[in-house]
Amino acid sequence: MKVLMRGNEATAEAAIRAGCRCYFCYPITPQGELVEYMARHLPRHGGVFLQAESEVAAINMVYGAAAAGVRTMTSSSSPGISLKMEGISYLAGARLPAVIVNVMRAGPGLGNIAPAQGDYFQATKGGGHGDYRLIVLAPSTAQEAAELVMLAFDLSDRYRVPAMILADGMLGQMMEPVELPEPIPPEKIPEKPWALTGARGRPPNVVSSFDLDPYRFREVLRALWQTYREIEKNEVRWEEYQVEDAELLLVAYGTMGRICRTVVRKARKEGLRVGLFRPITLWPFPYEPLRRLAEKIPVILTVELSAGQMWEDVRLAVEGRAKTPFYGELGGVVPTPEEILSEVKKHVRD
Amino acid sequence: MSVTEVKVPAGYVPVYTKPKSLSDARFTYCPGCHHGIFTRLVAEAIDELGIQERTVGIAPVGCAVFLSDFFRCDFVQAAHGRACAVATGIKRANPDLIVFSYQGDGDLAAIGTAETVHAANRGENITVIFVNNQIYGMTGGEMAPTTLPGMRTVTTPEGRDVRTTGYPLRVSEMLAQLDGPSYITRQAVFDVRHVQMARKAIIKAFKNQIEGKGFSLVEIVAACPTNIRISPVEGNRWVAEQTLKYFPLGDLKVRD
Repeated sequence: MKVLMRGNEATAEAAIRAGCRCYFCYPITPQGELVEYMARHLPRHGGVFLQAESEVAAINMVYGAAAAGVRTMTSSSSPGISLKMEGISYLAGARLPAVIVNVMRAGPGLGNIAPAQGDYFQATKGGGHGDYRLIVLAPSTAQEAAELVMLAFDLSDRYRVPAMILADGMLGQMMEPVELPEPIPPEKIPEKPWALTGARGRPPNVVSSFDLDPYRFREVLRALWQTYREIEKNEVRWEEYQVEDAELLLVAYGTMGRICRTVVRKARKEGLRVGLFRPITLWPFPYEPLRRLAEKIPVILTVELSAGQMWEDVRLAVEGRAKTPFYGELGGVVPTPEEILSEVKKHVRD
Repeated sequence: MSVTEVKVPAGYVPVYTKPKSLSDARFTYCPGCHHGIFTRLVAEAIDELGIQERTVGIAPVGCAVFLSDFFRCDFVQAAHGRACAVATGIKRANPDLIVFSYQGDGDLAAIGTAETVHAANRGENITVIFVNNQIYGMTGGEMAPTTLPGMRTVTTPEGRDVRTTGYPLRVSEMLAQLDGPSYITRQAVFDVRHVQMARKAIIKAFKNQIEGKGFSLVEIVAACPTNIRISPVEGNRWVAEQTLKYFPLGDLKVRD
């Protein structure tokens, strides 16, 4: 059965179905519906909903709940995510699973509440201090948001790496039919023998990102990066659309990826052989599949709601095999398919 | 770390032994530091209440950052100032656990002011051990929010000037104004009588949590002889004669 939901609501409902039982938040637009949905629904499932005094407190409550072994989540939008970065670094360092949702808006600074993709670097390259990565999943529809939230909890538990859902204001606000995923039975959620449950009949567990000895800490980080290498090997996800005969490949994610799908259809109607490559995991980025396409497609046009952030990963993937122009909009402006199509026409042969 | 085991001679009965909740690791505190006394008092309280197997401690950033090495119970290390938020997360996730944070004055009263005030105001059912030694110890003796007027630190080399750096922050008095907390008290450990009083207060703060009474905080006025550059004995005198003028001892709020 399909339900008409906003992206924010689908994200919240999927989190509950994924077994999230502790959710900590601080209000910010454009993710308000997510908070409201959790406030109404999570307590009915025996979960904890708590509005914290700040984003900083909320992410540290997530840190505590994750350490206690519970599936936990927080959500915010760009300025709030900046505040959470300290806590996210601690989650990564202490190997705690948790899900962080960023419904991106335009920045820097207070910016505005319109959809944007300016937090790509922050999400995929670290953001907080130290040598770490987040698993970053970028949905392009409310349906996909629901599915990726389920996946985020699974991957985060499996690898003990925090996962981020990188959405945007458009996706969060838009209503569309969603086929909700089946709830995960509690017994299917992996055991967490490392969690802080009281040292009863076992030696004490310690959750920490702290080690004064550089040689010991180096080993901790080597193990962490070994995990990251496994994630890079196993968890890369992307979508290809009409790429087989493409002469120009659009690369776009999230809301922009969705709009570019329309661009491909419009271009095809006009006889232009345009395809779309849509990364779903932004970290790990799908370098290899994009590189393979770059062997045969001469123009790879990156389209983002930013001045060009994912563009850098696209160029790293392509490594000079194709031309890599860029088209982006700033400040919360979302380009129309027609505007993107006219950009496409600058680069593709008639 | 290895420790020398003390052999009990035949015919003698040990009357002062290490609490079961403490590990064999050596404390990393400086000579004359008061931390060692109330770290032990916390362990004694855990033993006395029989809660070692359901206790989760939260180590702060600061001199007590190694706390998880000292205790035989589950532990988490928190970001600077965030212990009360982390405690909230643990306790809400699993209310059967006994959760305590152990924080210095820089951690709790400067960078973590918001987390502390709001956890107290929500009446979170946790226990907070708050060490007020009027200085940042771990980082080398900088001014804390609790540094006394005129007191020399490495960042107030001419003494704390209240005109530019404000006055010592009385956190316990602030928190006692709120409706949320159950128990707010200020104690000291500079002599045996006060150690015994502090011990009782710490036990009460844990007992409150077991009984679901809500937020309990024990502030302990302590000496950091290393950073104020005095001897351990002078440290005890410092607390008794200087610090208590600004931070009078006693219960500030008791809700029964």
